[in-house]
Amino acid sequence: MASAISNFAPRLESAIGASHVSADPSVCSAYVVDEMTPSAVAKPDSAEEVAEIVRFAALEKLSLIPCGHRTKLRIGMPPSRYDVALDMTGLQQIAHYDPGDLTVSVDAGTNFNDLAAPLHRQKQFLPLSVPFYFDSTIAGIIASGVDSSLRHAYGTARDFLIGAEFVDGTGRICKSGGRVVKNVSGYDLHKLLIGSLGTLAVITRLNFRTFPAAPSSRGLVLSFPAPENAFALSNLVEQSPLRPASIDVVSPQLFKLFLEAEKNSPELPAAPLQGKVPADSWHLCVSIEGTSEVCDRASGEFTRIAALPEAKHSQLLTLDEAEGADLWHYLGQSVPLLLEASAETAVFKITIPPSRLALLVEHLRTLADQASLAHAMLTRACGVVYFALLPPAGEPSRPAPAPLHRLAEPAAAVFSLCASENAYATLPWCPTQLKREANVWGLDSVAPASGQPVPLPSLALMRRLKAAFDPQNLFAPGRFLV
Amino acid sequence: MDSGLLRDLEQFLGSSSVLSQPEDVVLYEYDGSVEKGRPDIVVFPATTQEVSHIVKLAAKHRAPIVGRGAGTGLSGGALARTGGVMIVFARMNRILSIDPQNQRAVVQPGVVNFDLSLAAAPHGLYFAPDPSSQKSCTIGGNVAENAGGPHTLAYGVTTNHVTALELVLPDGEVVRVGNGQGDAPGYDLTGLFVGSEGTLALVTEITVKLSRKPEAVETLLAIFDSVDDAAETVVDVTARAIIPAACEMLDGWTLRVVEDFVHAGFPRDSAAVLLLEVEGLREAVAAQARAIAEVSNAHHAREVRLARDNAERELLWKGRKNAFGALGRLAPSNYVLDGVIPRTKLPQTLRRIREIGARYGFDICNIFHAGDGNLHPIVLYDPRDRGQFEHAMQASAEIIRYCVAVGGALTGEHGIGMEKSELMPLLFSDADFDLMRRVHDAFNPACLLNPGKIFPLSKGCGEIRVGSRAPSDSRPSAT
Repeated sequence: MASAISNFAPRLESAIGASHVSADPSVCSAYVVDEMTPSAVAKPDSAEEVAEIVRFAALEKLSLIPCGHRTKLRIGMPPSRYDVALDMTGLQQIAHYDPGDLTVSVDAGTNFNDLAAPLHRQKQFLPLSVPFYFDSTIAGIIASGVDSSLRHAYGTARDFLIGAEFVDGTGRICKSGGRVVKNVSGYDLHKLLIGSLGTLAVITRLNFRTFPAAPSSRGLVLSFPAPENAFALSNLVEQSPLRPASIDVVSPQLFKLFLEAEKNSPELPAAPLQGKVPADSWHLCVSIEGTSEVCDRASGEFTRIAALPEAKHSQLLTLDEAEGADLWHYLGQSVPLLLEASAETAVFKITIPPSRLALLVEHLRTLADQASLAHAMLTRACGVVYFALLPPAGEPSRPAPAPLHRLAEPAAAVFSLCASENAYATLPWCPTQLKREANVWGLDSVAPASGQPVPLPSLALMRRLKAAFDPQNLFAPGRFLV
Repeated sequence: MDSGLLRDLEQFLGSSSVLSQPEDVVLYEYDGSVEKGRPDIVVFPATTQEVSHIVKLAAKHRAPIVGRGAGTGLSGGALARTGGVMIVFARMNRILSIDPQNQRAVVQPGVVNFDLSLAAAPHGLYFAPDPSSQKSCTIGGNVAENAGGPHTLAYGVTTNHVTALELVLPDGEVVRVGNGQGDAPGYDLTGLFVGSEGTLALVTEITVKLSRKPEAVETLLAIFDSVDDAAETVVDVTARAIIPAACEMLDGWTLRVVEDFVHAGFPRDSAAVLLLEVEGLREAVAAQARAIAEVSNAHHAREVRLARDNAERELLWKGRKNAFGALGRLAPSNYVLDGVIPRTKLPQTLRRIREIGARYGFDICNIFHAGDGNLHPIVLYDPRDRGQFEHAMQASAEIIRYCVAVGGALTGEHGIGMEKSELMPLLFSDADFDLMRRVHDAFNPACLLNPGKIFPLSKGCGEIRVGSRAPSDSRPSAT
């Protein structure tokens, strides 16, 4: 790699200025993706500079990985090549915000909190409290495709990203959509950037519709000894006239991580969870937003629901806004907590019709128990399961001659279970070594009938799309599509 | 047209499913827009496999293909601009499944929008996108155009309610994109195909979300003596963080003709009315209705009425949804525009529209989705007067240019089609077109699918043969 550095770094410096480029190994080492270190880091200040860098990369056939604060770079397959880390944190400003229009236009590298603050002052917000949001750039949140509990009421980014500006693989600044909430002018290319991991284009600016913040909120936690009751009641809540902002079920193991985080927190919690709810339970966590009348109505409905025969042995806890803040913060940060819990955590994201959630959860528990692995789960009522395998520290992988990662077999079992249940599994968070044995997009599980990968019968179309955006395959090659 | 293709199609589908006589195909040369484009052959497949085979036959003969639902579109999206084969989905009109527990339905493209809501009603569910033509337009057409409607203010447009598609590509290949849940791994192809106006693939099956009916609904009619006051009310409602389910405006011209026709109770001497709806929990609805009344009164509303019951609510909505038909009483023809602006720009844009109308000597009515800044100015003209038609088009282009200039876009819900393809450079650069072109070619490389749409002709497919635009007959449009 040393020769590559001496080859291109000085020329890149002359293209965009020495202060925007570093080939210092100690700098580059902070941009490692799946054990691969780039030869240089470029930190542009403007969309024009991004375009300049991409044109340079196209000319020199260098691969680029765009990144922000690098909290979610673990998602995806290891890159097949990685020459330049494109640090986008130099592009940070709110380009346009008119609270009266409920729209905001923001540069890619803007920290989410720096965007949230001015929105908050106008009593507005973006429902993107995703894992690591406080330490994320807005484009990092979009490109990594992570979701939040609030998707129940507000949808995912595809429902409120209304436009984007980005640099395509030919090094030109392009855009799609606009700054209006309703728009069918041209193809919705910006939707493709969501979850694309930087493989299609480098995002330079994003336009969102914003949402008015509710005057108050309330948290309702129903705790059950068995998961099936939690899911049954979750369905009842979903079918009630209440329109909750979020409905999630937290497994006992995950809840223990919340309690530990609470214990280790330097700040005193407003309302300690410890002792409030039975620790060894499955917790149905529902948040309600609205006026105090709406919140009171929800509390009343929950008291009624908790008295139903289906809710036998359950325990209801009602939390006001301040009391609920910690629980919903931990809930939103479940993935970071799971990743901290073990050096080799593997977190699957599985989608399945809500009516089959309970059964899938049962199968997943059996699978983990059979593999003697600790596990934890967060499920969303819309049919999303985050399923974590938590191997204890220190156990060696299986010895030679076949040094399989110890999660390789359980991971394959999860993928094949999901394929047989007609669920779609990916493995967004796991150790790099495991990625050498398991395709994190589930592309190893092939449907017997079509010979196509189970989750992606449209893989060929996606490859064509990738070639249209990035004809030379400069952007994050190998991370998503080969 | 290649006579071999007609023979192949008749042989495959049977002659009862193929039209080619001029007196038959002429019925398919128009939609709800002022555009025309006559297909050479019209076919009526009943299955995905038939669509796939038709596409392969057309490709073999290098004939263009255009999909069509009910033909209610307003931008020429379902017209055969360069002739060729039109695939009409009228026979693929089955609701394949309704899954109330998971709030999903799987439908064929020819299912009429409102029929799905009717079928879902026993489960307390409905299909949220509600274009004014919902009693005739098809879900396949809604998908192609990413259709909107009054209630999209709170619930989003078609793309927000589609989770998976079955597609037939221009080479006949059948592919599924997305999944029932909507979180399919990989690129959001569903999001790309919805609103691509039939230029990337034909849609043969659609998985949609069904929404739960709200516990309570309140419909308000706010009556104003000045258009400016009505417009300021809309701006202020948004600014005060009230998101009604719908917020529609009718100006004086429109409400008078609607009142004469529908008797919805709009005062004939008022300058504008706002039709607002709030939905949700009883408690939330009561508070929002109060807040809306306060805002309206602060902006000098003459009166704010609350619909007392379902009958009154339906009457008010009848006035809104039948307005376009009613306008047929004012002039021999009308041209419905579709522009979209940032909501705060509403008052100044309405003033500019009045100025433009006055300058060209037209009456321009406004009836539109005020809450999301989606304008529908309607230019009244006489199509028998060629000069008037040209002027109507010029005035319209000027209005759309103004929308773009204040930070808006070319179309909010009707699509670009062939109506606005030449205006696309107002929004998009050469780099944007190049990328859109490459995306187009990734799916439709030979440009056989719906040629002459979206892209300006100078930036579109090489071999397009296009006739000159002629005014259509006077027909009430549906939006």
